[in-house]
Formats: sequence, C-alpha cells, structure tokens
Amino acid sequence: MATVKLDSLKKSFGKTEVIHGVDIDIKDGEFIVIVGPSGCGKSTLLRMVAGLETVTSGTVQIDGAVVNDREPMDRDIAMVFQNYALYPHMSVFDNMAYGLKIAGTPKAEIAERVDTAAKLLQLESYLKRRPRELSGGQRQRVAMGRAIVRKPSVFLFDEPLSNLDAKLRVQMRLEIKQLQRRLGVTSLYVTHDQVEAMTLADRMIVMNAGVADQIGAPLEVYANPATEFVAGFIGSPPTNFVNADLAGIGNPDAVKLGVRPEHLNVMPSGSGRLAAKVMYTEALGAETLTHLELADGTMVTARQSATEAGAAEGTEVGLDWQDGDEMLFDRNGKRC
Amino acid sequence: MADHSGMVEKRGFGLWMTHLGLIIGLLFVFFPIWLALVASTVTQADIMDPPMPLLPGDHFFENYRKALVSGINAPVAWMMVNSMIMALGIAFGKIVISLLSAFAIVYFRFPGRRTFFWLIFLTLMLPVEVRIVPTYEVVAGFGMLNSYSGLIFPLIASATATFLFRQFFMTVPDELAEAARVDGASPMQFFRDILLPMSRTNIAALFVILFIYGWNQYLWPLLITTDPSMNTIVMGIKQMFPSGDDFADWPVIMATSILAMIPPVIVVVGMQRLFIRGLVDSEK
Ligand SMILES: Nc1ncnc2c1ncn2[C@@H]1O[C@H](COP(=O)(O)OP(=O)(O)O)[C@@H](O)[C@H]1O
Ligand SMILES: [Mg+2]
Repeated sequence: MATVKLDSLKKSFGKTEVIHGVDIDIKDGEFIVIVGPSGCGKSTLLRMVAGLETVTSGTVQIDGAVVNDREPMDRDIAMVFQNYALYPHMSVFDNMAYGLKIAGTPKAEIAERVDTAAKLLQLESYLKRRPRELSGGQRQRVAMGRAIVRKPSVFLFDEPLSNLDAKLRVQMRLEIKQLQRRLGVTSLYVTHDQVEAMTLADRMIVMNAGVADQIGAPLEVYANPATEFVAGFIGSPPTNFVNADLAGIGNPDAVKLGVRPEHLNVMPSGSGRLAAKVMYTEALGAETLTHLELADGTMVTARQSATEAGAAEGTEVGLDWQDGDEMLFDRNGKRC
Repeated sequence: MADHSGMVEKRGFGLWMTHLGLIIGLLFVFFPIWLALVASTVTQADIMDPPMPLLPGDHFFENYRKALVSGINAPVAWMMVNSMIMALGIAFGKIVISLLSAFAIVYFRFPGRRTFFWLIFLTLMLPVEVRIVPTYEVVAGFGMLNSYSGLIFPLIASATATFLFRQFFMTVPDELAEAARVDGASPMQFFRDILLPMSRTNIAALFVILFIYGWNQYLWPLLITTDPSMNTIVMGIKQMFPSGDDFADWPVIMATSILAMIPPVIVVVGMQRLFIRGLVDSEK
C-alpha cells in the first residue's frame, strides 16, 4: 500500500514535449483512472511511474520517496500491459511465478502465492497451460495474476481491457474493480474509454494533449467539467455546444454554451429558448436520442426517456433547458 | 493447395505421370550414390574390370573396416572425429556469437549501434574464400595451424545468422522485455529465460544449416591442416585421390564418401521436425 505523487512531471521525446507538467496526489488505496483520447500521453505518463520511461523533469514519488532513478523492480509496482505481454513459452504458473523466482522467493511460498492468486482469478485449472491455449479473458486474468502475486504497493494498468470483446470488457471491468477493492492496492489505470473511467475511478484524470485538464471524482467531473474538452469527452452522447450569441447568453466572456443531452427539453414549435428542426431520432429502448439542427446549422442531441412522446422527424420544435444546467466556456475553452 | 480443382483433375493418368516423373528424377539423383555404395562393397578388381557391377558385393565389412581403421593417409574414423569437432564448433560458435550480437543490436542503445550492424552486415560480402590469404596470415601468426581452434574460429563470425536472429528479435513485442524488466529480470536473465527459449526453433533450423556448412568445409581445412591427423573427412576424400602413377583404392574411397554423408543425414533427419517448424513459423 502506498501513496503516489507526481510533481510537475514532464516528458519530451527529442525536442517534442508530450507531457507538459502533470501534478497529482494519489491517496493510499485509491483507484485513479487516466482517461483521454489516443495519443494524448496517457501511456507515457504511466510508463514514467513504472520506470519504463525516463522522466524529463519533475518528480515521481512512491510512498514519499522520489523514485525517478529507480529501476521498475525497485519501485514496488506491478504492471498489466494492453497486449498482456505473457511469456509465450511458459506455463500460466511460470508466468505468474517468474518475478518471484527472480527475487529468490522460496519455492513453497511461490507455489502458495500463485495458488492464492489463481483461486482469486479462477485460473486454478489452467495453471499448466501455455498462454496460447487460453482465451482472451483468461490471458487477461493471467496478466493480472502476475501483478497480484508480487504483492506490490501500486498496480499500473495500461488499457488492459481494450483487446477484449465488448461483453467480456464489461465483465472484466467489474472484476478488476472488485479485486482492487478487496486487495486495497493503490491503482493507476489508463484507458481511452470514458465509460470504463466513469465506472472504475475513485478519481479520474482527464488528459488532453499532454495536460491534465481536470482531476476529480467521476460524477463531479461529469456534472462540472472544467474545460470544453472535458465536457465534450466525458459523457455519451457528448455535451452539445451552442454558439453563445445564438443562445442569447449575457456573459460577455462566454463564447460557447454547453448543455448535456439529458438536460435539453424538446418543446412544441414556438416555445423554449431556441428553434430547431428534428433531423432523425434513435429509439434505444429505455431512451430516445433526438438529433436536431439549429438555425446556424449546428447539430445537437437531446436524450429523452422513451416514455415521453418523441417529435417526428422533419418537424420544427423548440428547445429549452434550465439555467442551472448551462455550462459557459470562454475563448480558451475554460469555464467562465 | 490454392488451385483445388487442378488437384482433383490430376487424379488418374496425370497423377501417374507426375509420380513417374518424380521417381525418374529421384533415381537419376540417387544413382551416383547407389554406385558409390556398390563400389564400397566390392573389390578393387571388380571395379577395374568393366562393366562395373550394379549390385552390392560381399566386401562391405572388409572395405569399411579398412577405411575406418587405416584409411589411406589417416584413419577415416579419426577424420570423422575432426570433422565432427569442426562442424559442431562452427555451428555452436556461430549460434552463440550471432545470438549475442543480435541481442546487443536489438535491445541496447549504445553509440555506434547502426554502424556495428552495418559492419556485421558488410561481412556477408567477405566469406572465407575472399579473405583467405589475410585470414591464413592471422591464424598462422597465432600459431593455430593444425589445430581445432584454427579450423573453427575464422569461420565462426556469421552475418547471416546475426541478421536472422535480429529479424526474429524485432518481431518479439517490446512489452515482453518491459514485463521482464518489471518482474526484475536483468538483461541477461531476460535473454536466457525468455528470448532463448522463444528462439529455440530458429536455433534448431540454423543448427542444421550450419552443421552441414561446417561439415562440408573444404578449402579452409585443406589450407591450414598439413598434419594428416588434423585432416577433415571432406578434404580427406580428395587427398585419397592418387597423384601420378599411384593406383586409387576405389572401394576404400567410396566407403569414405558414404561415411562422410552419414552425419549430415542424421542431423537433418533427427532435427527435421524442429527444423521445418523453425523455417515455417515462429512460435509467438
Ligand atoms: N518512444 C517514443 N518516441 C517518440 N514519441 C513517442 C514515443 N512514445 C510515445 N510518443 C509520442 O507521445 C505521444 C503520447 O503517446 P502515448 O503516451 O503512447 O499516448 P496514449 O497512450 O495516450 O495513446 C504520442 O504523440 C506519441 O507519438
Ligand atoms: Mg497508450
């Protein structure tokens, strides 16, 4: 168990800076998810914590000690890779035991620890198999087992579920969450999938082009995004952005107005704050998504419960929302 | 396989013709070996007296014992031991050296890495035959004439094998090395515990090729071994040919030829399964 602290952490590859200074304080036992689009520097950040990538400037602290110059094995971390990185010629048992063997752990203890982890991950009957004789989900579990047996103080996950099919992903997501709760190990989890981030995180870091745009609890980030990027990235379908002038916003700094789809109300034509035309609707069963075009051509989406009567495609309607649901963004995309 | 209908059509007459063609070709290739086998089981007189016999005689043990124990210049058994030491030394040496250099080139960032790679690559253009005079100078200077080290060391450096292993290592995902690093493996532990076992089919395939390469060396042993006790079998056969008016002991020479063929055949057949797997796919 340990705390992790990143202090104005920067990383450059040659002359290009890809991480522009990230600060975060991670509490003992916390599950932190780093989320952001592909190429924003999530993996690089995680790999700096792991010690697989050198730190250009700033510090990484684990349990209060600066570990910038320590080898991965001396940082008391374990990592789960996206493609699992299992040793193909070793059995499941040997894959999990390899780190312990190198550390010179007594044989009996290795067997005991691997067995415990295997039981936890329901891998007991597969210990003799090679990785290629396992399904994707099982390989994923072996990769987790390899991390668990070492009893590290920090788990690092780099998109561990992105090679699985959708159904398995949901199932493994739950398992990872339960496992982390049970073991109470501080975890850093990288993903580009905002649903994964929302469901797993105690707190999440939303990364945008090498900068941590916002750090906070998932619901807090959802309800109160700090930047236009976060508002657009977190939530599906994404936040609607409307030109502030068109929406008649009084605030002179505001350039854009953001409203979440579930906060848009579709009204009869002539009422509400904006006129719009229904382009098409998607009935998803429990809810219906209505896609509308505004006077200036902007597309917005309204999410309505399926019990509400939907507007027919092609009709003119009015749009309304409550003042409290307005999110105003300035020229730089910051909240104002 | 792609043209399935073609295969079906070949049933019947076409199939027979194909097989006939293949069998004739096989007989054609096999005939000289058969002749050698026959010649090694008859007497000198039978060979000298035309027509040459086409069926084996009854002097098999006599001829082979003579070859193995006394030979002409040196006992063939002894030459085979020399050849075996040379071929194994070359095969193992080449594999070890090229594995290590490929490991260095792929996994370590050191100054001049590219330069070293291209230098190694350049030596592809310099087989022993091209650099034979300077290499002879060097080996003679080290006093390695008529020695196993002189037979083996100059042939060990191998750009081909280094290149092959480099290509293989580059297909191994980086995450594997990183996972090993997180597991606390040192670079050499990673090499020994992970890279080496993953390369075993490639190593087996290469071993077969290199063993035969070493076994069949002719020019180099001819040049640096003047002492008959250091002769290798492939050059030894040639040495058995008579010069001037001496008469050739053909049954013994042919027995030696047959004996020379046996170890490569054993290696190929014995390692066939691994060998083919190594050439066809790599286990990842
Ligand atoms: N070894 C490297 N050399 C140069 N550029 C790199 C290297 N690794 C990553 N990058 C660059 O850094 C940026 C962030 O990469 P990465 O952290 O892998 O993104 P993510 O994991 O968020 O998709 C990308 O623009 C990528 O091209
Ligand atoms: Mg990544």
